Amino acid sequence: MGRYVVRRLLQMIPVFIGATLLIFLMVNVMGDPIAGLCGERACDPATAAQLKREFGLDKPVWQQYATYMGNVFTGDFGTAFNGQPVTELMASAFPVTVRLTLVAILFEIVIGITLGVVTGLKRGRPVDTGVLLATLIVISVPTFVTGLLLQLLLGVNWGWIKPSVSPDATFGELIVPGLVLASVSLAYVTRLTRTSIAENKRSDYVRTAVAKGLPRRRVITRHLLRNSLIPVITFIGADIGALMGGAIVTERIFNIHGVGYQLYQGILRQNTQTVVGFVTVLVLVFLIANLLVDLLYAVLDPRIRYA
Amino acid sequence: MRGTAHARWVAGAAAVALAATGCGGGGSSGGGGNDAVLSSSWGDPQNPLEPANTNEVQGGKVLDMIFRGLKRYDPESGKAENWLAESIDTTDSQNFTIKVKDGWTFSNGEQVTAQSFVDAWNYGASLKNNQKNAYFFGYIDGYDQVHPASGTQSADTLSGLKVVDDHTFTVKLNQKFSSFPDTLGYAAFDPLPQSFFTDHANWLKKPIGNGPYAIESYAKGSQMSLKRWDGYPGEDKAQNGGVTLKVYTDNNTAYTDLLAGNLDLVDDIPASQLKNVKSDLGDRYINTPAGIIQTLAFPYYDKAWDTSGAEKVRTGLSMAINRKQITQTIFNNTRTPATDWTSPVLGKDGGYKEGLCGSACDYDPAQAKKLIQEGGGLPGGQIKITYNADTGSHKQWVDAVCNSINNALGNNRACVGNPVGTFADFRNQIGQHKMTGPFRAGWQMDYPLIQNFLQPLYYTNASSNDGQWSNQEFDKLVDQANAETDTTKAVSTFQQAEEVVRDNMAAIPLWYQNGSAGYSQRLSNVALNPFSVPVYNEIKVS
Repeated sequence: MGRYVVRRLLQMIPVFIGATLLIFLMVNVMGDPIAGLCGERACDPATAAQLKREFGLDKPVWQQYATYMGNVFTGDFGTAFNGQPVTELMASAFPVTVRLTLVAILFEIVIGITLGVVTGLKRGRPVDTGVLLATLIVISVPTFVTGLLLQLLLGVNWGWIKPSVSPDATFGELIVPGLVLASVSLAYVTRLTRTSIAENKRSDYVRTAVAKGLPRRRVITRHLLRNSLIPVITFIGADIGALMGGAIVTERIFNIHGVGYQLYQGILRQNTQTVVGFVTVLVLVFLIANLLVDLLYAVLDPRIRYA
Repeated sequence: MRGTAHARWVAGAAAVALAATGCGGGGSSGGGGNDAVLSSSWGDPQNPLEPANTNEVQGGKVLDMIFRGLKRYDPESGKAENWLAESIDTTDSQNFTIKVKDGWTFSNGEQVTAQSFVDAWNYGASLKNNQKNAYFFGYIDGYDQVHPASGTQSADTLSGLKVVDDHTFTVKLNQKFSSFPDTLGYAAFDPLPQSFFTDHANWLKKPIGNGPYAIESYAKGSQMSLKRWDGYPGEDKAQNGGVTLKVYTDNNTAYTDLLAGNLDLVDDIPASQLKNVKSDLGDRYINTPAGIIQTLAFPYYDKAWDTSGAEKVRTGLSMAINRKQITQTIFNNTRTPATDWTSPVLGKDGGYKEGLCGSACDYDPAQAKKLIQEGGGLPGGQIKITYNADTGSHKQWVDAVCNSINNALGNNRACVGNPVGTFADFRNQIGQHKMTGPFRAGWQMDYPLIQNFLQPLYYTNASSNDGQWSNQEFDKLVDQANAETDTTKAVSTFQQAEEVVRDNMAAIPLWYQNGSAGYSQRLSNVALNPFSVPVYNEIKVS
């Protein structure tokens, strides 16, 4: 087990370097960011040259990358164009997005798995058909439609919530945005759980458990659910990273100043430091989430633990 | 609950005290007045908030609230009026003596003196400070030593600036420029307190100025809260308790917040809502002209566009664009078809001349086709209009303009749009002279002067002459106009220069842009100034 974890951690190094290099190259291909800094007019050449020197943009790309990576290991992610250190932007953006992701994941786990178990156990019944139909609708409607619709109905027409989230972004304010962000994944979790449960319901160990005379509740939670959750956990684990990075649409609609907002702003202004910095952290989140998923497997299925 | 009651009691007491002493102050603004705070939409400023480093509307909005300069542009007429300047005198349009009014202070108590201006201008011009508006000081003598076009600077201060005494300084320009005093209302020329130089990092966290508002707190990227500064000595005291600027990533969300009563003022109505805005807001919707003109510029560095008959092609293209229809259907009348190269906000006296473009700006497909054929046809048989697709919904109007041209020429492939991903890349390609056909050009005035609509854009090698157009006669007329001490004569000479632009169709004028805003029922007396920024200090909150 220990060796397995170490091996997984070592694998992270090339992924980390490769991903950051790719992002670095992609942002650089887009051209000279200084050109957009002076508005509709051209920067005067002397100031432009000076700015380039200050942001290190006058050096070859490989050298920029090397300097950048060197700085990252000392915790220096560079400076955004508005003069703020990128770490400061991160400190303000990540807590907000983490809260939003937490709300979304909670929705996925609580609603998604519950609905999945219910429908999986009652396959073919009206409940099952109803939920299937509902998830189909949720999956096929794009997030921005759900978001704008909920914003208009709950925020403007009925006045239940404020249409935009304040800079503090408390958990209470994030419930509706979190639901919107979770919606599509939630539908997938429901369907995934349902299939898995329905499949395992007929397996030998469940029959044995029932034959032993175990109470129904225990059969479902200890035997059926434990095995059925493996694919679901894989999905949710991978989803953590996807939710954090993919929150751009939701964050825009509800004016949440999180990671999506900073990334969007960074890309629009072609600010290499901001984009690469945030993506670097997102890559780390992805990697750690995947590691946790793999470790959870071992907890759920002893066969994986001893292999 | 208790807090509000308490505040009300204090305000009441103040009113009683004022009435008792018969101290009316400056008219209606009087004493305590209204302490209510309003909230307004905002965008994250692109650059650090320094007067000489702010070149976009969002940062400019704040500077306009916390700073006052030597001059101020009247929010209604756009005319430059003396504000901190007691007098600005010259006999030769090149040497100016500026007297600063006594009794003005920064909100931290420091006096505003001649030195506050000279230090600020030296800082703004100096190359090592990376100020993006440094070129504003380019007229001042010694600029080329402080800000050389290449290499390192040989001086730290402008030799043309001299402090005479506490409240007087002189400015020597490197050329005659009669309207120089009128440019001094621009934010780049604002005075700066000593703390700006001694404790720069902290100043940036919470800028200190000398305007009607003072910054109370600033959370970068999300919110700025400004409070009325009660020690402000100017006549344009704030009529409200303060303004909270909230950063919105999407103007649609800001608009939704306004409808839900979560926000008081939106100064940028999203294009998609223009259809509903009248029924949503009624007369709480403002749509007034701003000092912005949109044009199509041409790459004169490309041989295909620099031929002798090309001006006929350009004029033909101009006549092939149905401006009226496009402004109506795409912009819901928030743009006005352009008939000259300036803006209506200048007014007749300022140099705006309706119809100066003449028939060249009238939609006339038959004549357009004829002119383009006479001029040798479209270079390469097809034109591509380049624009940036990331902001401003430029795609819609570019497609419409192309449609209009295609219809006029009876050729479906005569004109196509050529989108560029980001604004930075768009500017980059323009800067590297990579344009092969017409491209989107927008000009928002820095100050309401006809000079600002012509010289930076069409003078040989001027800062924003992106198409590299060059015409000796135009340059000569501009020089003449700048040397002219009589403003009326200067304006008419500039108009003659504008006629040269017309005869060559240096750039095709498309339309003047309006500023649009909407506000909640709590507010009254809301207006946009010629820069399409709300006049915050005059807004009343009930």
